[in-house]
Amino acid sequence: MLKQTPLYEVHKKLGGRIVEFGGWEMPVQYSGIMEEHRAVRKACGLFDISHMGQVLITGPKALEQVNYLTTNDVSQIPDGKCQYTAALYPDGGVVDDLIVYRINAENFLIVVNASNDEKDFNWFVQNNRFDAKILHVSHAYGMLALQGPKAKDVLANLGGALMTTTLNPFSFVEEKLMGISCIISRTGYTGEDGFEFLLSSDKVVDLWNKIIEAGRPFGLLPIGLGARDTLRLEAALSLYGHEIDQKINPLEARLAWIVKLDKPDFIGKSSLQKIEKEGITRHLVGLSMIDAGIPRAGYEVYEGEKKLGWITSGTFSPSLGKAIALALIEGTKKSGDELLVGIRKQKARAQIVNLPFYRKKKGKI
Amino acid sequence: MTIPQDLKYSKEHEWVRVEGQIATIGVTDFAQEQLGDIVMVELPSEGTILTKDESFGVVESVKSVSDVFAPVSGKIVEANDPLTDSPGIMNEDCYGEGWIVKVEMSDPKELDSLMDAKAYQACLAEGH
Repeated sequence: MLKQTPLYEVHKKLGGRIVEFGGWEMPVQYSGIMEEHRAVRKACGLFDISHMGQVLITGPKALEQVNYLTTNDVSQIPDGKCQYTAALYPDGGVVDDLIVYRINAENFLIVVNASNDEKDFNWFVQNNRFDAKILHVSHAYGMLALQGPKAKDVLANLGGALMTTTLNPFSFVEEKLMGISCIISRTGYTGEDGFEFLLSSDKVVDLWNKIIEAGRPFGLLPIGLGARDTLRLEAALSLYGHEIDQKINPLEARLAWIVKLDKPDFIGKSSLQKIEKEGITRHLVGLSMIDAGIPRAGYEVYEGEKKLGWITSGTFSPSLGKAIALALIEGTKKSGDELLVGIRKQKARAQIVNLPFYRKKKGKI
Repeated sequence: MTIPQDLKYSKEHEWVRVEGQIATIGVTDFAQEQLGDIVMVELPSEGTILTKDESFGVVESVKSVSDVFAPVSGKIVEANDPLTDSPGIMNEDCYGEGWIVKVEMSDPKELDSLMDAKAYQACLAEGH
């Protein structure tokens, strides 16, 4: 039985085309992926991400417990900050990538991928070394993302003007917005400035409608999962099941920066120490196609006749107007090197490029 | 959604316009809408022999890859080369400028197996 978010009927009314994703019925697009993508890059867009899951970890040893379950170090961030991190299996494979909200040292809210919701919760409970209280609260929360250079103007229009100057990237506050209690974080999955709203699931439709209304003068569009994917891929952000999974460790996936091997023991630590010492044999690279063709997830990557790996995610990049991909390949290839991608019966040339593919213009946020 | 009366249709959502021995082939409005923004078209070259119901080209949207099947057999006399640089034409004008190839039919009787507009409409209504 597929699940629906509180906004399911709203999506249909807005002309959203509904597809299955991670056990949910979600809109893949409304007006079209290209148009939605450009709206987020040039103006702003609103995403229903209520399919994402949430787990609360609380108790006197909550900090120790979160640090045991994850690779990054929540002792290094103050209360009111979010942290990108991952949970690992003992062998270093990835259980999931996560955003941890540090409410305080005894209360953490963890946002998990929709497709891993049950798995993550069970994993956390099975590995509750510090006897924390671990609560599965996905059903209670809905989640929206407002993203794009105009996101701050929309938030200001909703009475959140102060927040647009005081809320730094990866910070969050608990605030009332138009009378609706939310956790508002300056986070996102698009490579743009923006905000994510966690709120009671019965208030999601109300806040969605208010943001749509407040965003109208700024060119805000509702954005489906199709553009969410092209946006995150241009920004070279990982998607579980593609760049990372049970068989790919974070050091291979360009995520060494979220692995803190100098903190106390965490699940997967000893494996990663060993892997780091021996050196990784494959790594994630960005590809830009030279020949025609769009590389898709699962296509094979070659150097001459030798298979080096595969495409983890690939698409036509609406911002760059060309085909791009992330690939997990063996060896020590670097930017500028040419590789081949097996696209149907042909091998098409691609060049390794620096990541991310797209970077937002510098400026004050 | 438009379904012009004067065309023939395949269940794979290609359309055929017949002028003498020449059949012009494209994809239907339904197909282009389902695909979404079309960003790449792989076209066969002039002279290629098509066999009915076999894939002869590929259309890629941002999200998906789809084969295009030959609704009739024959030899390609012209491919719509502008699609290579501007595949979005297929979204904008699928029955006009967005045509894919023109084929000299080897067996015009194959046209009898295709649907008329009314039958295609019914086929879509059934959810194919």
